[in-house]
Amino acid sequence: MKAVSVEEAVAMIPAGASVMVGGFMGVGTPERLLDEVTRQRKSDLSLICNDAAIPGKGVGKLFDAALVSRLTATHIGLNPKAQQQMLANQINVDLVPQGTFVERIRAGGCGLGGVLTPTGVGTLVAEGKRQIEVDGRPFLLETALRAQFALVHAFLADYLGNLSYALTSRNFNPIMAMAADTVIVTAEHIVPVGVIAPDHVITPAPLVDYLITNG
Amino acid sequence: MDAQTIIARRVAKELRSGDLVNLGIGIPTLVANYVPPDLKVFFQSENGLIGTGPIPEQGMAHPTLTDAGGRPISALPGASTFDSAMSFGLIRGGHVDVTVLGGLQVDAEGHLANWMIPGKMVPGMGGAMDLVSGAKRVIVAMQHAAKGKSKIVPRCWLPLTSVRPVNLVVTEMAVIGFPDGRATLLETAPGVGIGEVMAVTDAELVVPDKVPEMRI
Repeated sequence: MKAVSVEEAVAMIPAGASVMVGGFMGVGTPERLLDEVTRQRKSDLSLICNDAAIPGKGVGKLFDAALVSRLTATHIGLNPKAQQQMLANQINVDLVPQGTFVERIRAGGCGLGGVLTPTGVGTLVAEGKRQIEVDGRPFLLETALRAQFALVHAFLADYLGNLSYALTSRNFNPIMAMAADTVIVTAEHIVPVGVIAPDHVITPAPLVDYLITNG
Repeated sequence: MDAQTIIARRVAKELRSGDLVNLGIGIPTLVANYVPPDLKVFFQSENGLIGTGPIPEQGMAHPTLTDAGGRPISALPGASTFDSAMSFGLIRGGHVDVTVLGGLQVDAEGHLANWMIPGKMVPGMGGAMDLVSGAKRVIVAMQHAAKGKSKIVPRCWLPLTSVRPVNLVVTEMAVIGFPDGRATLLETAPGVGIGEVMAVTDAELVVPDKVPEMRI
């Protein structure tokens, strides 16, 4: 793990990059990184995030600044700007059931080619996908999902990069921290090694590439 | 009593002590208000919490403790938190005893459509498809009709949420189940006759000899 400024970290992300962002309706989202992505105007992004949050909050800022070209998400109904951009064909949106979304990312981070899920069998979601029977039950083959960058927000990060999370801000963060080539983390608090007990580490330090320093 | 209250009160009677329950947005959220205090039900919020409590008092909200809509909630003693893979493992894996969801349409075989209206409303399915595929019991809590049109239809023309049929539909007029795969009138609301329910239901309903009154 390397400690860097938020400006340095975001400078590494090229325009057109695929980026996973943790958070659920803006809760548990690395706001400082998104503010900087917006300031540096990293455009044409392929965004992978559970939802589009709301304008002005979380990944909602990326839609405010029209920086997203492709979006993989489970729900965008609470962000009118993302909806408008989808209906105007400014962004290409792939809507995925939430359980499938997280398992595809988990598969991507765990060396699996994909997962077999009953969710979506016989619905619009099944279009163009392989259906596989196991013990007589139908499943959809949902392929793994990875990104060039994962932007993750933790509650505590220690000097080595071990992470723990707070309450419902954990959500997709630890899953995404395994599924990207480069993992960049912001934390509410940076603490000495040992403050997070081994049993309470959710994301082990070797998964973290860059930790954003304070101020 | 208004329609939403009738529905929420009736659905609450379906919950049993020890159940792990997931409530969708809208009318389903109201169900928690009518669970008797001696009934120990665990409520899951799919953004990563079992043991959701009431909305915190003014000034006590915490930014990292929210429901699936991003609104502040509280956590009860004994609550637990987890990531989204665990949360949907609970849902898809059959560990959730009951899910209560809103609906746009339910058809005569119990199929639910509740996630999009093509060309009009395409918000995304969120967790709905996983909940209907995986929960042990699926209860739909919805008004009987919308803008004068029956929401209980012969066959859903809106895109399905799942091919797995739901277990129960509770409206302000009736309780409908699907024994033998056919919509069956199980109860009518107080003051509502069987004929009245039939008149506003597009789907064919099986009517047993005895149809008790809904207890609310």
